[in-house]
Amino acid sequence: MSVVAKPPGAPAVKTGRLRAWFYKRLPIEEFISEQLTGYYAPKNFNFWYFFGVLALFVLVLQLVTGIFLTMFYKVGAATSFDSVAYIMREVDYGWLIRYLHSTGASAFFVVIYLHMFRGLLYGSYRTPRELLWVIGMLVYFALMAEAFLGYVLPWGNMSYWAAQVIVNVFGTIPAIGPGLVEWIRGDYGIADATLNRFFALHVVAVPLALLLLVVLHLVALRRTGSNNPDGIEIKEKLGPDGKPLDGVPFHPYYTVKDTFGLGAFLVIFALVVFFAPTFGGYFLEHANFEPMNALSTPPEITPSWYLTPYYAILRGIPNQRLGALVLLLALVAYLFLPWLDRSPVKSMRYKGWVSRTFFAFFILGFLGLVYVGLHPVAPVYVLMGRICTVFYFAYFVLMPWYTRIDPVKPVPERLRFRAHA
Amino acid sequence: MADTGVITDESDADQSRRKFLLIATSATGAVGAVFAAAPFVTSWLPSERARALGVPTEFDLAKLEPGQMAITTWRKQPIYIVHRTPEMLASLNGHAALLKDPDSADSDQPPYATNAMRSRTAQHLVLIGTCTHLGCLPKAHFEPHDPEIGAYWPGGWLCPCHGSRFDLAGRVFEGSPASVNLRVPPYSLSDQKLTIGVDQA
Repeated sequence: MSVVAKPPGAPAVKTGRLRAWFYKRLPIEEFISEQLTGYYAPKNFNFWYFFGVLALFVLVLQLVTGIFLTMFYKVGAATSFDSVAYIMREVDYGWLIRYLHSTGASAFFVVIYLHMFRGLLYGSYRTPRELLWVIGMLVYFALMAEAFLGYVLPWGNMSYWAAQVIVNVFGTIPAIGPGLVEWIRGDYGIADATLNRFFALHVVAVPLALLLLVVLHLVALRRTGSNNPDGIEIKEKLGPDGKPLDGVPFHPYYTVKDTFGLGAFLVIFALVVFFAPTFGGYFLEHANFEPMNALSTPPEITPSWYLTPYYAILRGIPNQRLGALVLLLALVAYLFLPWLDRSPVKSMRYKGWVSRTFFAFFILGFLGLVYVGLHPVAPVYVLMGRICTVFYFAYFVLMPWYTRIDPVKPVPERLRFRAHA
Repeated sequence: MADTGVITDESDADQSRRKFLLIATSATGAVGAVFAAAPFVTSWLPSERARALGVPTEFDLAKLEPGQMAITTWRKQPIYIVHRTPEMLASLNGHAALLKDPDSADSDQPPYATNAMRSRTAQHLVLIGTCTHLGCLPKAHFEPHDPEIGAYWPGGWLCPCHGSRFDLAGRVFEGSPASVNLRVPPYSLSDQKLTIGVDQA
């Protein structure tokens, strides 16, 4: 029944009438019931289910802090570096706004990587959630582009050389490469024109694309419903009221759980922002506190930690065109995951030791690549990087075979769930 | 019943005409979209001003002592100019087997630099100082047999980013991520004046 129903003769409550006025003109009630109170999610969500909501929170944080940074930042090869120093030293709380934004960038990748790990662990990419997974991966790719573009804006020496290296990756495309690179830069080298267009892309174009993709991701999620640690469809076991027997309304059950998760996240986040904003050079690199210098490559070039796995793959291959191609394949591989996995079960809980081994080596390989990418070029790291690259690709390329021979365990009829005592 | 122009019964509809109109409208729209995109795409090319600033750069070779290297810029790219000593020139022989492209067949240089020295005159080497891998600046390690690099090292450049190695003619060593030799820009020499950016002074 409508929220505004009141007993006859009762005095008109002002808020009730205001609500009624809005409800008549906007489908607020339907929105709340469809998206929150009437949206049933599996009741066995665990720790790994915090990170979607946290990603949404960080997105809002980045938009708000980003808007404020734009108010003080002056784009231009002659002004960018100084305006960042101005924000840090002279704008009241400018340091806080910038550190929230820079820490937010790394936090975004932390929660996205954990969110993706959850998807891999419980088979959230499997039927009927293929599109949900693919859209999510597009969000991840857009996020990597956004992070790279933002990294260039302070116009420090690492900004410059990162732009140089990444833009030159496009130069390896046969035939059109060199012309394409010149088109991206808008000059014969990374220059003011490049900085200016990267700014436009970072503050307008990519955020719009990102928002659109996030909305699509959520819409697709509402269509299929969430997967869960058991990898069973809760829609297949409905109660007499037509609601899933193993589901609970998202609000209030998960809004309360997520609020708790957000609180815990904010404690850790604040500790980093206030006590370790550069995170020992991993979140903000030391070489970037120097202005851009086209005639001096920093002694060690390592990208931000969240891009290092792909950088390590690129660096390990002694052929430039092949390196760029393998880098591209490493990203594209994720998109095909829903069709590579042929296991009769979704969740790692019921997969056998073969799948588990490949998954463990994939995670090891990924972490190994992060480690290798953060270190300078040396034969031992190149070798490590190549071994990790093999682990990384084995997970994807051999998946259609190892998931079929894998001794899986029987999947229960209903969710495994024990209520709190 | 008067013809109101409204199709009430789907079977009355001329499906092939409808299909033709749909395709024609979509195709016209697509062509229009391509034309509308052209100015936006073209706007990203180097501007009139950027092109005007890309004029040739001059350098006085008299300033450069034997064994020295100078860096100047042309079109925002670092240009390495080396005055090679006879010992440096001698170091170019004897390691062809270690190189990816010893004869510069797959590399980018003007015809007058497509030779063993990769230069107009043996003495002066002119290179674009960006690594052909991903554009970092290779660092000069002219001392032969540098223990950090290896006993075979004849002297040359080492890229700090991804470890590509080049000899004193800018030729890339096997095992480097770079696939081709350092590029040679178009340049001309008249007496001691070096002009980078034109083939003829």
